[in-house]
Amino acid sequence: MSFWKRAFPAIALTLFAGAALAAGDMGGEVKKQSLNITAIVMFLAFVGATLGITYWAAQRTKTAKDFYTAGGGITGFQNGLAIAGDYMSAASFLGISGLVFANGYDGLIYSVGWLVGWPIIMFLMAEQLRNLGKYTYADVVSYRFQRVPMRTMAATSSLVVVILYLIGQMVGAGKLIQVLFGLEYVYAVILVGVLIIVYVTVGGMLATTWVQIIKAILLLSGATIIAFGALYMAAGSFSMEAMFQKAVAIHPKKEAIMSPGAMVSDPIEAISLGLALMFGTAGLPHILMRFFTVSNAKEARKSVFYATGFIGYFYILTFLIGFGAIVLLTTNPEFLDAAGKLRGGQNMAAVNLAAAVGGNLLLGFISAVAFATILAVVSGLTLAGASAISHDLYANVFAHGNANEQQEVRISKMATVGLGVIAILLGIAFEQQNIAFLVGLTFSVAASANFPLIITSVYWSKMTTKGALLGGWLGLISATLFVILGPTVWKDILGNAEAIFPYKNPALFSMTIAFLGIFIGSILDSSENGKQECASYEAQDVRCQTGIGAEGAASH
Amino acid sequence: MQQDLVHAIKSNPKYHEMVSKRATFSWLLAIAMLAIYYGFILVIAFNKQLLAQPLFAGPPASVATVGIPVGISVILLAFLLTGIYVYRANTVFDKLNNEIKEEVL
Repeated sequence: MSFWKRAFPAIALTLFAGAALAAGDMGGEVKKQSLNITAIVMFLAFVGATLGITYWAAQRTKTAKDFYTAGGGITGFQNGLAIAGDYMSAASFLGISGLVFANGYDGLIYSVGWLVGWPIIMFLMAEQLRNLGKYTYADVVSYRFQRVPMRTMAATSSLVVVILYLIGQMVGAGKLIQVLFGLEYVYAVILVGVLIIVYVTVGGMLATTWVQIIKAILLLSGATIIAFGALYMAAGSFSMEAMFQKAVAIHPKKEAIMSPGAMVSDPIEAISLGLALMFGTAGLPHILMRFFTVSNAKEARKSVFYATGFIGYFYILTFLIGFGAIVLLTTNPEFLDAAGKLRGGQNMAAVNLAAAVGGNLLLGFISAVAFATILAVVSGLTLAGASAISHDLYANVFAHGNANEQQEVRISKMATVGLGVIAILLGIAFEQQNIAFLVGLTFSVAASANFPLIITSVYWSKMTTKGALLGGWLGLISATLFVILGPTVWKDILGNAEAIFPYKNPALFSMTIAFLGIFIGSILDSSENGKQECASYEAQDVRCQTGIGAEGAASH
Repeated sequence: MQQDLVHAIKSNPKYHEMVSKRATFSWLLAIAMLAIYYGFILVIAFNKQLLAQPLFAGPPASVATVGIPVGISVILLAFLLTGIYVYRANTVFDKLNNEIKEEVL
């Protein structure tokens, strides 16, 4: 029993971290989930199907291009689903619906922030990335700059983002599986690690893509059933107003759940958080890598269109799920613990609601989907990390661009195994840690180190290697330092009385520092190299605009 | 890319037409998205009451607030803007780009 008592606050924290928040309802005493046969059967069916796909993909994965980008032959629609699958993590599904369950309207503010980065990616980056890159976003930012220092920096910040994101996913995965399937934490983490190593090393990007597509379809259909089922049950019709009325009557915060509350109060904090959510998305290496899997710029933009639609629909569903949970769970003793709190804490709102709407069958389905979700996100992250190691660090830095393809793929597979093992170890090491700051940190680093580099290297002709390095490193270091010195880590985790840096979300400052670094470093650079780099912007821009010379799709 | 090809493309008036049309359009949409989103965030930060009004005055006044359709509209607008961009890119920009390619390649 004590084990579960220990585990649950951590789950709440972990998943809460998905919403980049601190504090909240950490759940009380909870009974262990009885063995859910439906969940296990559905989960095994998912694993069986995905392993089958991995075997199929392995037959089609021969070259480095196949391994990194599925041969560039994924269609815009498929890629849109896969992007959605990559982006809709278990943390956002459970975290945001839990947030709505606890605070009502405020949950929607986060959803909106997480979505609005997508149009920006489409208007300013998707086609440009596709036209300039090959396998990783580092291809784009090092296109006309000095290869070794640029690749080293881009790979470092990719790996920082990937590993930070991985920790959150692995700890979340361990806790969630523990709750849903009654499997020991350590075994759950190992199981996730081993499965993703198999998917990625054997099936490469093709298998990873299909795992993400299947997961996206399962998650969207599961969430649709819960959301509308709950709406109907809560309101007695499909009237949202009727559901809202009952929710207001039942929720301890009453009318306050219908309008923005205390979550966004400090304007600087709000703007800074908005920047991190919006531009962090545009700097996540595993997301950026997806643009190289389609055959051309047109498919790249189509994939963002579909992805935005799926992700937006998904966030609207989480809003309905949160309100459905308020009405159907708050007063139902079946879903409450001895203290009258929701079983498993607020982040289990969606899972408990599945049971309320569709009994054991839907509960089992959603449990399996939650696990599938974790596998898909972790696979994408691992592949992105492995590519940074093999394509950026090994092939371009260590072997100075002279590595042969087979060797590069072999290194990539070794890196995947290595990252899988690291993910397992970090998952175990961080089991009892407060990781609430990790998602905020990940998005801040991605927004401050990766995004400024991509946008300036594509749009600013006067940029040079010196500026890129200065701005890139400053963005990475300042974002990390500000998070450590800020209220979440310095005060809440390290227990100091006052934070040295006053804001929880540093993106406003660290992004400014990164852009200034790029600007000043480039302007002051009077070297011969710098002049050549400015001169070669013209050719880069023509390729970027027209797609002439861009990587094509493999023909097989 | 060879320097002569770069020059051939850059001296093609259609290239300049495409580049300037596309740049204007994408920055316009990007700014529109930023304005919509930060408008929403700033209203929340400075004037929450605006979003807390009942959606229908009644009586009886609705429980649903103005904030709910506003929040959901931001999501729908984001999707709509991507749709507008895809439509214009598929019809106008791609057409120009294909013409440029035919002329120079």
